Amino acid sequence: MELGKHSALELADLIRRRQISVTEAVKDTLDQIDRQEKEIHAYLYIDKKNALARAKQVEKKIAAGDMKGPLAGVPVAVKDNICMKGGKTTCASKILENFVAPYNAHVIDRLEQAGMVILGKTNMDEFAMGSTTETSAYGVTRNPWNTGRVPGGSSGGSCAAVAAGEAFLALGSDTGGSIRQPSAFCGVTGLKPTYGTVSRYGLVAYASSLDQIGPIGKNTADCAAFLEVLSGHDEKDSTSVKREDLDFSSALGKEVRGMRIGVPKEFIGQGLQPAVRQAFMDAMKAFSGMGASVEFLSLKTVDYMIPAYYLIASAEASSNLERFDGVKYGRRAADCAGLHDMYRKTRTEGFGPEVKRRIMLGSFVLSSGYYEAYYLKALKTRALIRQDFDRAFADFDVLLAPAAPFTAPEIGSSLRDPLAMYLGDIHTVAANLCGLPALSLPCGRDESGLPIGLQIIGDCFQEKKILRAASAFEACRGAFSMAWEKEAD
Amino acid sequence: MTHIIDDEILDNVCTLAQLNLSPKEREGAKAEMQKMLDFVEKLEELDTEGVEPMSHVFPLRNVFREDEVRNGDRREEMLANAPKKKDGQFQVPKTVE
Repeated sequence: MELGKHSALELADLIRRRQISVTEAVKDTLDQIDRQEKEIHAYLYIDKKNALARAKQVEKKIAAGDMKGPLAGVPVAVKDNICMKGGKTTCASKILENFVAPYNAHVIDRLEQAGMVILGKTNMDEFAMGSTTETSAYGVTRNPWNTGRVPGGSSGGSCAAVAAGEAFLALGSDTGGSIRQPSAFCGVTGLKPTYGTVSRYGLVAYASSLDQIGPIGKNTADCAAFLEVLSGHDEKDSTSVKREDLDFSSALGKEVRGMRIGVPKEFIGQGLQPAVRQAFMDAMKAFSGMGASVEFLSLKTVDYMIPAYYLIASAEASSNLERFDGVKYGRRAADCAGLHDMYRKTRTEGFGPEVKRRIMLGSFVLSSGYYEAYYLKALKTRALIRQDFDRAFADFDVLLAPAAPFTAPEIGSSLRDPLAMYLGDIHTVAANLCGLPALSLPCGRDESGLPIGLQIIGDCFQEKKILRAASAFEACRGAFSMAWEKEAD
Repeated sequence: MTHIIDDEILDNVCTLAQLNLSPKEREGAKAEMQKMLDFVEKLEELDTEGVEPMSHVFPLRNVFREDEVRNGDRREEMLANAPKKKDGQFQVPKTVE
């Protein structure tokens, strides 16, 4: 693993300067996959042949001057809820075990145009429902820092792949924290963009008003460059926003003097692991030390975020997942007595327990007689949460929060009590409810060496403020090693 | 006011969700849903009188375009994933006697 010490941008620079070839870069990463994957299981499938063929193709285009993007030649991993033409897309569910996508997601077209090389599809919680990657129908992914721990979820495979040096960048999706929380647990950097910034065309929907695709990488600059590749208007996603300010990298390397940074005090109340609290306090001090003004504020709606989130997410999931009925694609149960029996048997066999739990809750809260008491109440609560953030952003450029209340839990310890697991999403769900961009980057480690994530939340369309703060913090923090480097020590 | 998840409600939920539950799973599902409903009851503390429900982050408008065909005939591609097909169509169990 020679190349893994480089960031994605550094690797692409070496390729441009012909220090190494794309094929060498891809082979080196595939070797690292061979060494680690048996233990980590970040990927559901790896297409070596395709990746190497693609590497040759990109090499030629770079040599001919046809591919000049800053990430050309970089090996990348893709979460398995994003469609890639001709390849399997299972969402880590049995119900899609044999589904081959007939088209590319918009983001796949984008990263192909940018000359990136896709290595394979990564493991995840089934249909992105879960916080540990343990609800996958195809086995758990292990945290590269400690294989007895979960990588977080639902983009656990993507974050573990980057942390283990099995990809330079990865695509994740974030509905309630599914990029930021596993990024924190795996010691990598992940960004959920403003809702509508990245097209959802070809992303298998979980909760459409919350879902957003985003970049996962080794540092802030890589994430900014990757987001420049991914973002932009797409007419195939009717919620896609027309934005002009997509030059995210221009926000890097600037000082934070004079920035107004707010800390919602409800986010650092009870229930924080002591090491997480300490690392968070240290990060606050680091920002003050760099000349930013850091002040506490109050978000009065914090206690209502998780209830509103799970009602809305489950309601939208129950509707989105109606399409899995065994008719047009995916699994169909055998020996069915008529159409309705087929629907029921197919879904009963095909979905795992957590997905069923959310479909049932969602069906209930949308049902006649209960819609107003639960779903509508949650939507009104969502509006109040948004007002709370609007007030905060009138006074502050960005907000700081932990990315999760604790570091990565042990494998097997989370699924017994779903509600307790849901409560662990307290720091992340609000960004989805309000459409806000938010980034998680490593800010320390706990007593057993597990990474701790710092979350920076911005107002809608203010990714650049987040990136400015994140890159300044990164410079002050110094290099944060990747998990495989720990093993090499 | 907490709603009690009884057998009748669970039957209705299973119909809406198109899922079968074994007798043991039924008891588990009832308890879990009840626990979630007791938890989300917290929202009742909030005064939401006159608050406009927020179903989306930004105000959504219909996006219109001319009604013109942009994709070719992809019937075979779309049928490639069909669990069962016949004569270029998706095949399902007999639904009309």
